[in-house]
Amino acid sequence: MMVLRSASLMIAIAIVAASVAPARAQSNVSTAPDIVHRGEYLARAGDCIACHTAPEGKLFAGGRAMPTPFGTLYSTNITPDPQTGIGNWTADQFYQMMHTGRSPDQGLLYPAMPFPSYTKVTREDSDAIYAYLKTVPPVRQQNRQHDLRFPYNNRALIIGWRTLFFNEGEYKPNAQQSAEWNRGAYLVEGLGHCGMCHTPINALGGSSESQAFQGGLIPMQNWYAPSLTNNKEAGLGDWSIKDIVDLLRTGISARGAVYGPMAEVVYNSLQYLTPEDTRAMAVYLKSIGQGSPPPKVTSNIPRTEGRLLLSLGKTVYDQHCASCHGKNGEGMPPNYPPLAHNQSIEMESAVNAIRMVLNGGYPPGTDANPKPYGMPPFGQTLSDDEVAAVVTYIRVTWGNRGVPVSAADANRLRSAPLD
Amino acid sequence: MGGPLLNRSRYIFSMAAVSAVALTTQLPGAAAQNGAQPPDTIAARVLGCAPCHGKEGEGTQDVYFPRLAGKPAGYLFNQLEAFRVGRRKYPPMNYLLEFQRPDYLRTMAEYFAGLRPPLPEPEPSVVSADLLKHGETLVTRGDYQRNIPACTSCHGQSLTGIEPGIPGLVGLRSKYISAQIGAFRYGTRSAPEPDCMQLVAARLTEQDVTAVAAWLASRPAPANLSPAAKGSYALPFACGSEPQ
Repeated sequence: MMVLRSASLMIAIAIVAASVAPARAQSNVSTAPDIVHRGEYLARAGDCIACHTAPEGKLFAGGRAMPTPFGTLYSTNITPDPQTGIGNWTADQFYQMMHTGRSPDQGLLYPAMPFPSYTKVTREDSDAIYAYLKTVPPVRQQNRQHDLRFPYNNRALIIGWRTLFFNEGEYKPNAQQSAEWNRGAYLVEGLGHCGMCHTPINALGGSSESQAFQGGLIPMQNWYAPSLTNNKEAGLGDWSIKDIVDLLRTGISARGAVYGPMAEVVYNSLQYLTPEDTRAMAVYLKSIGQGSPPPKVTSNIPRTEGRLLLSLGKTVYDQHCASCHGKNGEGMPPNYPPLAHNQSIEMESAVNAIRMVLNGGYPPGTDANPKPYGMPPFGQTLSDDEVAAVVTYIRVTWGNRGVPVSAADANRLRSAPLD
Repeated sequence: MGGPLLNRSRYIFSMAAVSAVALTTQLPGAAAQNGAQPPDTIAARVLGCAPCHGKEGEGTQDVYFPRLAGKPAGYLFNQLEAFRVGRRKYPPMNYLLEFQRPDYLRTMAEYFAGLRPPLPEPEPSVVSADLLKHGETLVTRGDYQRNIPACTSCHGQSLTGIEPGIPGLVGLRSKYISAQIGAFRYGTRSAPEPDCMQLVAARLTEQDVTAVAAWLASRPAPANLSPAAKGSYALPFACGSEPQ
């Protein structure tokens, strides 16, 4: 088995080495101010900062710990420091990394780096990001060794992963669709790397193209990234373009707000996009939302217990929730999200609803919403039974079509990591 | 305020219009957008803090959650910022503040700094009279031999803190105080260098901590809850969070 793997590794390297064009002279990449400026914008769209800058760390110097089910990865230094950063990389090498997930020494990147999405980025955009990264202050900071468990610490395994889950290739515009739709698709599927969270991830840490944007539980964070194609989850098919744009740009909308990992994306990335680009993303996202009903979900909670949950739930709701979210779950949108017909509450996974009750949350601060209203955490005031009851109540009342949740479900999420 | 307010109401009206067109009768939410909005105040925006810190930052029954009201704004801002960036580690707070802007944190800090709800009743002491006496000595006179300054030399004669960065110690429960001194000792809580509280905490024994916490929590409320003005005292040593 080992022999086979090493052999295939060598073959793979040989093939890649043969196919990579000789490095172009660096002077071929324009560092004109407008290119650098565009590169900065594109780096925002790709949310590079979220992983490549550690808390209180220097910009793009890496070192951020990223826990995965396979161990902890540490992001790398992408400042132009020649020794510890990417100062010696050529634009070709940078593009190769973005496009194929291989570093200049032909090492295979772990797919925590979203190269399966970044492969769709055009050469021109890659060069602009490269030009921008050349201009940030260089930081001398050694990359930290990844801390992966056996057998995941064997990089050769990435070859198998790539065979299963990686399709190399720049974005190909769909001639049937408008330029705006194509721009949106390019951003969502490429730099935005939305599929990294919004596509189910299997035991191998891979996500298959056939299930793109179908939603999934984010490993280690225990937040559910809802489906972007199913209108019963976060599918945006029956949202107005304005509401989608509001959500992406401001973090709040008439239909709901973003919290948890999605608040990070809006805070660091989406709020900085131009109105045109945000609109393009909205147009594309709306188009992939489908109205088809989800598979019938059944609850394994006995009917009598369900009824008890419901009556306790109403009591809890009236006492703690109704003053903001309204007697009929109408909320005060956009600042207090409506709960009636809110997809993120009705959807099959109750994880996000339970976590919001336990931990509360603030939508991200944005230009349009610099001082958000916040949801209080109730984890310390409500018991597991009360949390389960109130979440059950909001999932099945006012025409909502969710199913009851149990106290055990609520209890499990008390230990979900918050950072 | 007029500008943003106007924009906000335009925003709401246009939103209502869009919703009315786009969403059919299916959505009761659309009907509610005609008006009902939360008050445009900081008090309403920080209600997320209320279950743990009280509606006016007065604290709650939970002895591990501190009073915020009346602490100097600079101190509160430093803590909010430390939670935001993760230097002060308490996951529920880190999570809530991670994606907020420093300007907003400043506004929150000033809001709670300006409130003066009454202090809770002093905590009935469960430690011995001797230990309480030891606590009083450390708080008011320190221990010269062991190089421990009196708490009052930095936190003010009436223990209500000093503007802008030193917090009051009145109205806190003994469990919270000993947990925080412990956190300074073991490094899970830290402040900008020179980290004076880290230095002091390292010189205290377990018994000192119990004594200090018990005596502080047993104090009756002073007449004036406000922190002393900036520069009221010369600090016994340099403190990174209190620029002299």
